[in-house]
Amino acid sequence: MQRIGAFVCWCGSNIAGTVDIDAVTKSAADEPGVVYSAEYQYMCSEGGQLAIRRAVEEHGLTGIAVCACSPRMHETTFRKTAAAAGLNPYMVEIANIREHCSWIHKNRESATEKATILMRAAIAKLNLNKPLFPGESGVVKRALVIGGGIAGIQTALDIADAGYEVDIVEKSPTIGGRMAQLDKTFPTLDCSACILTPKMVDAAQHDNISLYTYSEVDEVSGYVGSFSVKIRQKARSVNRELCNGCGDCITKCPVKKANSEFDEGLSKRSAIYVPFAQAVPNIPVVDRENCTRFKTGKCGLCEKICGTKAIDFEQQDEIIEREYGVIIVATGFKPLSPERYGEYLYGQSPDVLTSLEFERMMNAAGPTGGVLKRLSNNEKPKSIVFIQCVGSRADAKKGKTYCSKICCMYTAKHAMLVKEKYPDIDVHVFYIDVRTPGKNFDEFYRRAAEQYDVNYIKGMVGKLADEDGRLRVIASDLLDGKQITIDADLVVLATAVEASPDVRALGTMLTASMDQNNFFTEAHPKLRPVESPTAGIFLSGVCQGPKDIPETVAQAGAAAVKALGILSKNKLIGNPCIAESNELLCNGCSCCENVCPYGAIEYTEKEINDHGNRNNRRVAQVNEAICQGCGACTVACPSGSMDLKGFTNRQIMAEVDAICRT
Amino acid sequence: MEYLYYPGCTLKTKAKELDAYAVKSMKALGVDFKEFDDWQCCGAVYPQAKDEIAARLSSIRALDEARKEKRDLLTICSACFHVMKRVNFDIASDIDIRTKANNYLELDIQYAGESKVFHFLEMLRDDIGFDKLKNHVVNPLTGRKIGAYYGCLLLRPSDVMQFDDTENPTIIEDFIRAIGAEPIVYSYRNECCGSYSALKNKDLVQNLSRNIINSAIQKGAESLITACPLCRYGLMQNDDLPVYYFTELLAEALGVK
Repeated sequence: MQRIGAFVCWCGSNIAGTVDIDAVTKSAADEPGVVYSAEYQYMCSEGGQLAIRRAVEEHGLTGIAVCACSPRMHETTFRKTAAAAGLNPYMVEIANIREHCSWIHKNRESATEKATILMRAAIAKLNLNKPLFPGESGVVKRALVIGGGIAGIQTALDIADAGYEVDIVEKSPTIGGRMAQLDKTFPTLDCSACILTPKMVDAAQHDNISLYTYSEVDEVSGYVGSFSVKIRQKARSVNRELCNGCGDCITKCPVKKANSEFDEGLSKRSAIYVPFAQAVPNIPVVDRENCTRFKTGKCGLCEKICGTKAIDFEQQDEIIEREYGVIIVATGFKPLSPERYGEYLYGQSPDVLTSLEFERMMNAAGPTGGVLKRLSNNEKPKSIVFIQCVGSRADAKKGKTYCSKICCMYTAKHAMLVKEKYPDIDVHVFYIDVRTPGKNFDEFYRRAAEQYDVNYIKGMVGKLADEDGRLRVIASDLLDGKQITIDADLVVLATAVEASPDVRALGTMLTASMDQNNFFTEAHPKLRPVESPTAGIFLSGVCQGPKDIPETVAQAGAAAVKALGILSKNKLIGNPCIAESNELLCNGCSCCENVCPYGAIEYTEKEINDHGNRNNRRVAQVNEAICQGCGACTVACPSGSMDLKGFTNRQIMAEVDAICRT
Repeated sequence: MEYLYYPGCTLKTKAKELDAYAVKSMKALGVDFKEFDDWQCCGAVYPQAKDEIAARLSSIRALDEARKEKRDLLTICSACFHVMKRVNFDIASDIDIRTKANNYLELDIQYAGESKVFHFLEMLRDDIGFDKLKNHVVNPLTGRKIGAYYGCLLLRPSDVMQFDDTENPTIIEDFIRAIGAEPIVYSYRNECCGSYSALKNKDLVQNLSRNIINSAIQKGAESLITACPLCRYGLMQNDDLPVYYFTELLAEALGVK
């Protein structure tokens, strides 16, 4: 039998203004198990906590029921009080008579009645509480960062600088990601490569960082503090130790017709290549699909020319197995392909480009050496039309429902760069809304519109027509209420930001939840924006949703800090309110395993001793380090064998009974 | 496949040749079809108001007739095809329209969108096949440069009509190739001709049709073909380019004109 103390808080006039504290305190004294009841002005204050500790001592209390504010506010406070008084901290129950009662009711009489009922429910539950003890697990002091763009690089650098080892796994042959492809960044118009490449070099040279480029994550198992991961290092056909990056093989390679991924297909590269001059690591890769040696068995010129004998056509994929304490996802994005929008003639006319292609064209190291020209005839354009929101803010059937967030700013940037370099070119921008929140962002856009004379038109383009070798843009001008046509030489489509196409599989591997757009879901949209709901998985950059570079870097740092919070611990203390399976009742049906969002439930064959009746059965087992205590399994379990510690079925039924009692 | 042929009013009045050549061609191709006796006008304009039930009823009667005959409904006129297909979609997907229409019609068996609606061009593409159609051509229109004019009714709204790619359709170009002529692809082939506004705003029709004709001429078209009597009327306001019904050229190629 419990000896319960009930403590009713006034919260100044917050509760006492609406609830008759005296009446609640008196009726608490009559509840089963209650041996002491008291009230106090501010239960959470030093004085209030002291009163609780004294009562525990004087009345030999085994449990504490506090009728006060939401447990989100002060449950931890009162658990500490209980621990200080020598009780198990889980012998505390809170009846929320503030947010759930006094704040939302006006009538004193009915508010008092409701507060009394909430108090009864808490006491009924407390009568069945048992001391709970959190489990402990170890932490591998190493982090895995998946993705080597600016997000992954920044997260890795921050973790490495704090003294922990980090591995970056990047699927392409170099780190750098999308930012490496950009010409200039907004709103400062500084050179993207100039600020990125030093960070790439820092990452490569850092003692605590290991780079696995041209590599992918194959398999993930385990849980927070102790993930085991298989990394597939794809065969480069070049020995990383022997290669000195001289580039002779690239010059010699007779295949010159493969599409350059880095230049978005606007230029050609050889079959053995490094993606761009500042690539890290500066070790070439043989693209086996385009290499003559792999296609026909002939050639092998690169092997002959290589002074260090680094070319290795026999190289195989290598699987690396590693343990990690935390995993940070930084998989980034790809721009949506506008081919599905036939009205924009993308893929049909060489003079229709995506913004990223345009970005490459404006870059001095890009496919045209930074010279703006029409790819159909190599002439300088006289008129350029930018179309924003291509695939963004659409209905779900036609594109992405969300705003891609960065397009208004980079389009303003593009427009300004054109005007800066070629003041005689007419520049038009079609927009739905111009969205430029951010430090110095609106000023930037206004500079484009006001000082650079960029023609902003509110309205969308319905069709591009190829007329007389020019592109006739047929559109609506919503402010004028008219259909307009503009003859353009170049059309640039600001395509939507789309999550990387292969992240779904990764999300499944990590049991990290994703939204309908393949962006990773954060644990709380406001208060836990860089954590996945799955313990030990953190989110960095655009994999969580569209972001610009400063936001990405900020989030990358935040993800690093959250990851360090785990890495810096020697032991992880778990939450003891987790699921538990009663093996005698479990029928092995897998219902719980199927609903568990964290992959915390596994099945094992084991011998069950049912009151002397021994047999082998398949039963559910909860991994305490992974379980987050959501309770989904307890609802799904048809035999009633799954129970959530601290919130057992019996406790919840007792609460319901107490509420229904009149 | 077996078809219940629904010609529609215009094909018996202003666009007799669209009907006549279609019937001749179907006979030449050996298509199993029959025209049903007491068809009514489809209404010509798809009713935009969701609670406009009466304007949908005559289409539903035709669709129900096809169900009773166990045949697919075959149309040629773009407007009929458009109205029939959309009304059929409504009755299959909108329980309110389905209930009210059935309450009114008091059919023996409720009609819930079971019939299939085909356009003549779809029949050529999906049932006969353009490759096979080629074999029936006795008089190939070699050297003729023909622009396909789709208009809007055949193509949009794409998720209901499911006729062809709305932005880059190819079915009429494939047809032109099958009858031995050279298709001229021009940008305005799926732009609206404006003819719905023929009585209200003549200038609009004139301008929109002008754009279409100019675009086709500039790409080298010597004539246009269409499936829509209303579009043909609009396009003929500019008499720089002859506009034919596609069935006329089909009949010519099949040697039954």
